[in-house]
Amino acid sequence: MIPAAFDYVRPADIGEALRILKEREGEAKILAGGYSLLPLLKLRLAQPALLVDLQSVGGLDGITRTDDDIRIGGRATHARILEDDGLAAVLPIMRDAAAGIGDPQIRNWGTIGGSLAHADPAADWPAVVLALRASFVLRSADGERVVPARGFFLDPFQTGIEPAEILTEVRIPIPPARSGSAYQNLERRAGDFSTVGAAAALTLGADGRISEVGIGLTAVADAAFAATQAEDALRGATPGDELIREAAMAASRQSRPADDAHGPAEYKRAMVTEMTFRALRAALGRAMA
Amino acid sequence: MTTKHITVTVNGEAHEADVEPRLLLVHLLRDTFGLTGTHVGCDTSNCGACTVHVDGRTAKSCTMLAVQADGAEIKTIEGMAAGATLHPLQQSFWDQHGLQCGFCTPGMIMQSAWLLARNPDPSEDEIREGISGNLCRCTGYVNIVKAIQQAAAETRAAAETQTGAAAPAAG
Repeated sequence: MIPAAFDYVRPADIGEALRILKEREGEAKILAGGYSLLPLLKLRLAQPALLVDLQSVGGLDGITRTDDDIRIGGRATHARILEDDGLAAVLPIMRDAAAGIGDPQIRNWGTIGGSLAHADPAADWPAVVLALRASFVLRSADGERVVPARGFFLDPFQTGIEPAEILTEVRIPIPPARSGSAYQNLERRAGDFSTVGAAAALTLGADGRISEVGIGLTAVADAAFAATQAEDALRGATPGDELIREAAMAASRQSRPADDAHGPAEYKRAMVTEMTFRALRAALGRAMA
Repeated sequence: MTTKHITVTVNGEAHEADVEPRLLLVHLLRDTFGLTGTHVGCDTSNCGACTVHVDGRTAKSCTMLAVQADGAEIKTIEGMAAGATLHPLQQSFWDQHGLQCGFCTPGMIMQSAWLLARNPDPSEDEIREGISGNLCRCTGYVNIVKAIQQAAAETRAAAETQTGAAAPAAG
């Protein structure tokens, strides 16, 4: 399969990249790892006039830590996230999710920023950043804004990002003590997109109750979403299997899966309950460890 | 359509080409440079038959543009043997019958070489995970796993011999 013709530029820095995106607004697409974009180009589902390759733009692929948050550059690959031991120690959910994305070659090139901006409704990262209440730095030639993950994913392949913006950084609040996080997903075949993916992050208070909790679900609605009804059922409660089973059922009720090749909607709703239950139980185990 | 002038190093040899930006890396390798050892299988980044090394990272060359590789060092199956001596993985795939039709083999070997460079002593699970982006429809993978285990053991043994030989000189 051959893409339709396009032009290609490889800007040397972020300023040049943003200027090109502004000048060619609506015509240009950003190229990061390419493992989401190139299939679209080859199928001619996308026919941009210009690709802006970010590979020479420095400073976009690091993983750093401030007093308040972990900052992951938009061009950080899934492999880099998978292999970062310091990150896995603080946010084990990041390694859980990265390990299941695609296959080793795809993880070598595919990026977290590319995945989030592409917003495939079955992608894994959107569920994770929703659970973690992350935010995104969106830069354009006119400035920078920081937007929360919650509210960013609108519809299949539709987000709150503007055409001339680049998602340069993901910011994840550093969880307090007695926190745990986990990602559980169901794949029909190795390397496949998730049939259902559930991300959970929670914090226990001094009294042993759940003081804060985030749950993100993917592949079971038009876009990844936060299972807020399940979160409400858990917040302030004393954790136990019965409680998290009820919360997982609330998450299932909030999901809107479609019948497709991965299975009928009824099956997927059952799997939302199971994957959410497993993610919550794993997160709880890590919070108590 | 405007073309781009690119320079890539393939198996240690510098190449230049004028290419359309939409040209895929696998077609640059096969059609422009005549290196047909890299295969086009599914053409959808699933099967891994087109796997090559780009600056030391394995990539599916059907899902990378030739212009993305401008300035990069590429290694393909043609760059694995040392003259008439097969690469340990080429030899072990032969010895262990790690192929039947052979279509997946170039990509399988390139991915295995990357895996062993990062993890010289992988478990069977790590091998299976490491080649999970490479599909084989003939073998059922059993002999592929054996071949990778053989190459891993031989490469470790060779490294130990080298270290042993180098030690007195270093001391």
